[in-house]
Amino acid sequence: MKSLSEIETTSKRASRAAGFSWGVAEEVAKGIRLLELFGLPGIKNLNQYYKHINKKDFENLSNFKKNNKQNNLDLCPINLGVNFLDQITTLEPLKKITFKKIAYPMLFLPFLSRGSEVIGKKILFTFEKKNFLFNFNVNILSNFSKKEFPSTAKKGEVIFLENKDSFTEKDWKDLYRLSENTFVDETESLKHGAAGAGLTDND
Amino acid sequence: MNVQLRDPKVIMKLSRLGSFHQSRLSFLRSFLNEFKDWDYKRDLFNLDKKGYGTAVYSFKKNNRVYSLVCFANKINDDERSDRVIATKWDAAFTLHDGIPLKKDIERLKNEVPKQEVGRLSYKELTLSRANKSVRVFNHVVESLSNGNQPDLDLLEKVGYLYRTTAVYGSGKFGLADRFRIKNREEINGPFRLEMMLVYLVRQFTFDQVNHVAKNRNPKSAIELDPKICKNLGIGNSTGLGMAPFIVNHPTLLNNWIFCRETALKKIRELKKVNFKDSNLFKECLRNSISNITSWNTESEYQLKKIKLLLKDVRKSINFIENEFNFQKDYPFNELYTWLEEETCEECIEYIVSIMMEPFGEIVEPLITQMSSDEEKYFNIPTDRTVGDLRNILEKKYSNILTINFNEKENYKKFWFISRNKEEPRLADRFEEEGSNLEQPLAIARDIKKLYNKISLSKKTLKLSKFLVDNSELRHVVRRAFINEKFPYSEIQDNTISENIIPIDMLRLKLSFFGALKFDPRSDKWLRICMFQGAPLPNELKDFDEQWVYKSHN
Repeated sequence: MKSLSEIETTSKRASRAAGFSWGVAEEVAKGIRLLELFGLPGIKNLNQYYKHINKKDFENLSNFKKNNKQNNLDLCPINLGVNFLDQITTLEPLKKITFKKIAYPMLFLPFLSRGSEVIGKKILFTFEKKNFLFNFNVNILSNFSKKEFPSTAKKGEVIFLENKDSFTEKDWKDLYRLSENTFVDETESLKHGAAGAGLTDND
Repeated sequence: MNVQLRDPKVIMKLSRLGSFHQSRLSFLRSFLNEFKDWDYKRDLFNLDKKGYGTAVYSFKKNNRVYSLVCFANKINDDERSDRVIATKWDAAFTLHDGIPLKKDIERLKNEVPKQEVGRLSYKELTLSRANKSVRVFNHVVESLSNGNQPDLDLLEKVGYLYRTTAVYGSGKFGLADRFRIKNREEINGPFRLEMMLVYLVRQFTFDQVNHVAKNRNPKSAIELDPKICKNLGIGNSTGLGMAPFIVNHPTLLNNWIFCRETALKKIRELKKVNFKDSNLFKECLRNSISNITSWNTESEYQLKKIKLLLKDVRKSINFIENEFNFQKDYPFNELYTWLEEETCEECIEYIVSIMMEPFGEIVEPLITQMSSDEEKYFNIPTDRTVGDLRNILEKKYSNILTINFNEKENYKKFWFISRNKEEPRLADRFEEEGSNLEQPLAIARDIKKLYNKISLSKKTLKLSKFLVDNSELRHVVRRAFINEKFPYSEIQDNTISENIIPIDMLRLKLSFFGALKFDPRSDKWLRICMFQGAPLPNELKDFDEQWVYKSHN
C-alpha cells in the first residue's frame, strides 16, 4: 500500500512534469492525497488525465460567470479547480454556477471540498445525475457507486448551500424534550446561591 | 523587562543557522525525557556466532509498545559504503508499531534489508540502516574476547561502533503516515520515533559486539564496560537529502526556531537568577570544553570554526568567572549582549544552548510546540491584494530583495532530484545539464521575481486575479503569507549562490536532532554522533539531565 506521503510527493512531481507550475503542482498533490484518503480514485484519474494532456487541448477558465460556456474544448479540471478555489469568496454570491464539459471531473472535486471549508458552507456538485456533497473538507458524500468514474462531466452544476438544519423543528423539539429528562429541578435555596446571586442588576 | 525576539533577518542567515548547537530542546534529549518511564526490554536476540541474525528491542507503557526489529547481515568489505547509493549494509532496522508477530518478522526480513527498494507497511514507523566502523568494531571484539577493555583513545577518535546512513519516517517506502500517529501524546514532538530507532540501535551495537566477542573466546571474553558504552553514540552520515526538508516545511522550521528564540527571550527576561542555576550554567559551560577539544574533523572549514569557538568559549568563561556578576538584575540579558559584541556566531549560539540548561521550566513546555499542522496554512488568502503582498515582501524579505539575480554568482547553483536515487543534489547550472528540471528551492530568487512582478501590478488587484496570469509564482506567494504569520519560516539567504555552503542547512537540522561533533567531509555531507554520553536503557528511570556536558569523550 502506498502511503499518503508517497501519493502526495509523486503527484506533485508528476504534475510539474505534466507542465504545471510548482505552486499548482502543490495544489494538485494536496487534492490527490485528499481523494485517496476519502477512498476516491485520485491517482487513477490524474494518471489518465496526464496521458491526454499533451495530445489534446484543454481550455482554461478563469473568468467565471453564472453560466459558463466555452468553445469546443473540454475544461482543464486543474486550472478550473485552482481558479475556482482562488475566487471562491467572490463566486459564492452567485449561488449556482454551471459549467459545460469538465474533463476528468474527479480532479475538480478536491478544490470544491477545500472551497467548502474556506467559505464555511456545504457545496453540492452535480453532473449527469451524480451528486457530490462537500462537507467543509471533512468528508464527501456521493450517490456515485460505479468503479469507473466518467472522463467528462457534460454539464456540471456547483451549488453553494446555505447553512441550515437538515431536520425539522419538530424533530429538534422532540429530541430536546427527551434531553430535558437529564435535568434536575432546582430548590429555592440553590437558586439564591447561583452565579450572580446577591448582586443587583444595576451594579 | 521585555526582551525582543531576535531578528529573523539575522538568525535565519545560513551562516548563523549553520552555527546552531544541540540544546535541551533537541529531539534526542526530549525523546529520552518522554520515554524515561517506559519499560525497556530486549525481546529477541537470535544472532549466530558471528553476530548475524535478528533481534527485537521494545519500549512499553500501558497498552502501547514500540519494537525495534534489527537484521544484522554479512557483507563484504568492498560492499560497505556510507553513500545513500549503497545497496547493502551491515545492519538494517525498522521500528514496528506494537509487538511484531512471527509473520511480521518474516515479512520484514525480506523487505527491511533492501531499504529504499523494499516495501514497508502502515505497521512500521521508521526505517534505517547502518554500517560498522570496521576499525573500531573489530578492535573492540578483539580486545573483549581477550579479556581486555578497548583502547579509549581509538574510541574517543571515532565515538561509535556503527553509523547510520539514513533514517526514514513519515510515509516513506510505505511506512505509516504521520497522520496515523500524530495524536499520540508520547510523540508530541518532531522526529521522536526516529530518535527512538537510533537510540535502540545504539544498544543493539553494544549487545552485538559483546555477543561476537563472547562467541569468539567464551572462556576469556568480558563485556564492554557500561561506562565505555555510555560514552559511545551512533554515528551518522548525512548528505544533501536533509537540506530541502527545511525549505519544504516552513511552519515546522519556524516552530523549531521560534521555540529556541522564545526560550532565549524568557531567560534574558529573568530578573534574578539563583546561585544553583547560575552555577549549573557555569558548570555546563566549563564541562563543555571537553566536547570541543574532543571534536575531531579533518575539514579545514570546520577546524577553523572549532578553533574560533574554543577561543571564544574560553574568553567567555574567563569573563564569566572573573568579571561577571550573576547577582545583578537580568544577568543573562547582560551576558547575551556581551556575547553579541565580543564573540563569533558559533560561540553565541553555543552558549545560547547552554543557557537553557538550568531552566527546564522554561524549556519543557516549549517542546510540545515544536511540531506543526502544516495543512492549516496551505491555502493562499486570495482575497488579499497585491498591495498586501508587497508590504509583506518589503517587510519580511528586505535583505533578499537587495540580491542582484542578474549576476551569475548569485544564481550559479541549482537543486535537482537525481534520477538514480531520487535524492536531492546541488549542481552548477553553467556546467551541468538539468537546470530546466530545477526544484523549487531557490526561494530568494523567486521572491525577488515575485516582487518585480507585483511592482508592476495595481496594488488593489486581488491575488485571485494576479495568480491567474502568474501561476509560476504561486509557490512563493504561498510562502510569503506563511512568513507573514511565522517569522522564522524562511531562510533569509540565497540557496543558489556560488558561495552557498549546504552543510549549514544540514547542521541546522542536525543541531535540533541533538547531534554532536559535526564533521564535514565536504561542503555537501558530514558525519555526526548522536547519543554520545546518553544514559543506557537501564539507566533511563533516573538520569542526569545534563549528560551531554558530562561525557568523558
